[in-house]
Amino acid sequence: MLRLIGKRLVGALPSVIGVLIVTFLLTRALPGDPAAFFAGPAATPQAIEEVRRALGLDKTLPEQFVVYLKDLARGDLGNSIATGQPVLTEIRTRLPASLELTLYGLLVSVLIAVPLGVLAATRPGSWIDHLCRVMTTAGVSLPAFFTGLLLVYVLYYRLGWAPAPLGRLDIFYSAPPHVTGLYTIDALLAGDGATFRAACAQLLLPVTALAIFTLAPLARMTRAAMLEVLGSDFIRTARASGLPKGKIVYAYAFRNAMLPVVTTLGMVFSFLLGANVLVEKVFSWPGIGTFAIEALISSDYAPIQGFVLTMALLYVALNLAIDILYIVIDPRVGFES
Amino acid sequence: MSETLKHIRYVLTENPVTLFAFSLFGFILFCALFGPYLAPYDPLATNGAATLQPPSGAHWFGTDALGRDIFSRVLVATRLDLGIAFFSVVLTFAIGALAGIAAGFFGGWVDRVVGRLADTIMAFPLFVLAMGIVAALGNTVGNIVLATAIINTPLYARVARAEANIRRNAGFVEAARLSGNGEARILLMQILPNILPILMVQCSLTMGYAILNAAGLSFIGLGIAPPTPEWGILVAEGAAYMISGEWWVALFPGLALMTAVFCFNLLGDGLRDIVDPRRRT
Amino acid sequence: MSAVPVLSVDSLSVEFRTRSGIVKALENVSFAVNKGEMVAIVGESGSGKSVTAFTVMGILDAAGRVTRGTATFGGLDLLQAPEAALRDIRGREMSMIFQNPRVALNPIRRVGDQIADVLLQHGNVTRREAPKRAIEMLQKVRIPDPERRARAYPFELSGGMCQRIMIAIALACSPKMLIADEPTTGLDVTTQAAIMDLIAELGKDQGMATLLITHDLGMAAEYCDHIVVMHAGHIVEAAPTAELFAHPRHPYTAKLIAATPKPTVSLMDLAAIPGNLPDLRAAEIAPCRYSARCERKQTRCDQALPQVLGDVKNSVVACWNPL
Repeated sequence: MLRLIGKRLVGALPSVIGVLIVTFLLTRALPGDPAAFFAGPAATPQAIEEVRRALGLDKTLPEQFVVYLKDLARGDLGNSIATGQPVLTEIRTRLPASLELTLYGLLVSVLIAVPLGVLAATRPGSWIDHLCRVMTTAGVSLPAFFTGLLLVYVLYYRLGWAPAPLGRLDIFYSAPPHVTGLYTIDALLAGDGATFRAACAQLLLPVTALAIFTLAPLARMTRAAMLEVLGSDFIRTARASGLPKGKIVYAYAFRNAMLPVVTTLGMVFSFLLGANVLVEKVFSWPGIGTFAIEALISSDYAPIQGFVLTMALLYVALNLAIDILYIVIDPRVGFES
Repeated sequence: MSETLKHIRYVLTENPVTLFAFSLFGFILFCALFGPYLAPYDPLATNGAATLQPPSGAHWFGTDALGRDIFSRVLVATRLDLGIAFFSVVLTFAIGALAGIAAGFFGGWVDRVVGRLADTIMAFPLFVLAMGIVAALGNTVGNIVLATAIINTPLYARVARAEANIRRNAGFVEAARLSGNGEARILLMQILPNILPILMVQCSLTMGYAILNAAGLSFIGLGIAPPTPEWGILVAEGAAYMISGEWWVALFPGLALMTAVFCFNLLGDGLRDIVDPRRRT
Repeated sequence: MSAVPVLSVDSLSVEFRTRSGIVKALENVSFAVNKGEMVAIVGESGSGKSVTAFTVMGILDAAGRVTRGTATFGGLDLLQAPEAALRDIRGREMSMIFQNPRVALNPIRRVGDQIADVLLQHGNVTRREAPKRAIEMLQKVRIPDPERRARAYPFELSGGMCQRIMIAIALACSPKMLIADEPTTGLDVTTQAAIMDLIAELGKDQGMATLLITHDLGMAAEYCDHIVVMHAGHIVEAAPTAELFAHPRHPYTAKLIAATPKPTVSLMDLAAIPGNLPDLRAAEIAPCRYSARCERKQTRCDQALPQVLGDVKNSVVACWNPL
């Protein structure tokens, strides 16, 4: 199994190289002359030439790529024009906020979608099956930023159940001591129940918005996979052996149905990370998405590049984790001729 | 041909949801074509005397902070949103279908190159890649179309590749080959028409995703510049008013967006029933 | 031989609701299987032989519905019994093995655990004993190196090995009755014989009643005491094996025997049976569903189908103009 995991790790290398090349090319594709762009509108021709040399833009593309890789190896992603801070520092401080949102979004989504899909598949034609179908079709049609706004209106403005959509913590609370960067976990580690509750309250709406968006593909896949497995020959064998329905559905069908669902997780993560950016904007969430949007508006280039790179590497890592999870749960991987 | 028509009629009458999707599509298309002539107000005309009015007989969807009529703005925006999605899907279709078919049909290095390119695009969270592309190429509507097309291409290429691969040694292809047709001609004249229906289904599903993606990009301030009415921008403009209770500013453009995406998703499922009854969902 | 049969099916009719109408898959099917006896149901694909087996086991597809008849097993009508009672019988008193054994086993569960699941379910063993008993079962179906094989997954085993595992699962609780649905389909020829020998031998050892579902008349002749011939959801003829081969009375049986390859005949002599199975969705099906293909068809064949008792005991033929 370790050999297999090693193989997958090596298999992820082309993706990483691809990501590095694309992020590199993105900066070189800037409209017009990148040097003029970075030098600013009021720059003299000499100033532009200086910037060109400083950025290494006078070298050939492969040379520039090597320089880019060297900078990356040193953790140098450039500086943000807006804040003057190194991009790496900014991303490092903001990433936990985004991760907390993404992970809870995925968790909630899985906790709802998987049981829903299983129930729908085991009771075809029932109300829960219809509910599942409506939710899967409607869910993918709801843009996460729009759901987020509706939630804000209903649960914050109308009902007052949720706090104002302004960041990770209400202003009356201070951030818990930094351990993981995830406020909920850090608050628990510090034994600070009040802060934990406050952090959860802030998470409630954005996490719901994300979960609704990603629920659809997961529930759809779970339902389809369960239906397929329940109709397969080995389930008939289990029934003919007198195994009870619970054992058949959970020990036999469910574990097999999870294999295609785990594969779908990759696509779900792609959705989730994209929707995360939009939801961060709606809830003024201080994550890397908001950081990137601010940079986009001010044409601040290095942060955008750092953001795309971080997200892509994160996504490659998540896909790798999914592959490894698959190896663990499916004994057949690696044996197919 | 009459067999096909019969089958289409059967699917439509058998499945009222598909019929509904087709009617909705007709309605949206109508709004896109004639919206600008039907709008009761100039979508750009501000009116200081009637700002942030809730929906009423005069302003069906209310007015925004500058007193512009939201109904007119939502209606007029249909053409732009649909246009962006349409052109990006056409582009995706052109690149993805051809690359995919070539990869599946020729195999070998063509397959490897196309596969590697598709994998590289798929290594990114797609929306994030679209953000990067628009940021790099410049903040224009054309680049939104391009970025949306690029991120949808791998999915397309994969479907096309798989379908072409199945057919590469099919009887009708062998027959064409034996009657002296070149490979490129076979690809265009035999393979492409054969898998066209399956790709059309994919088109409809991609339309929905393209609309969502384009609206998402303009929601964060990329591409289309205000005051041009576009659903994503309209929702973004209304976002701030959700907290203060003026729900209509963001709600109606959001609903329009949702309806359009929903329509194309239903349409895709319905078309799949028509094209391939075995893969019913 | 006046003992009560282990399984007796009487006037069984089954329908399927499909998108293109109701399919009368079984009509008026009756037969019995005695203790220690092996009975074959023989027919082409689509003749209803598997539907019969599935109905008896109570694992019919949700679209299928029993419209008439009984299936008595140990004094209980299986078609009326509550699901809980059936579940208790399945795997313990009556078991089934299937075709294509490689897909009939859970692909991601160790085969030893799959045997243990059945043992535990029917309360024969404690959790601690179960693995040991599973290994004993593997030994019984003659799997070499059973300790190691118990830890294998189905994909690591050959088709014949998987069918042995299926047999081990089916016989784990020493059932009174075994239904074998095309148990050798998908296996190579030498393995087929080995599997059939194993089923016959274990059946004899345990005094089990066995119902073999097959399209292979030759195999039925070799292993079974009694043969039931089905065509398009009807039983056309049933008789003791020797009698059936010596004096086939239904035209379809005769054709079927003529179509069965024997070592002594050349391929040229194999008679193909003309025509296809009738469309069972039609509202009006001819009373004799073979009449459209039959060379001996008479005008009275359009009247209600007769159930003529044969000359020998336990034989029956449904034909107006038997051979």
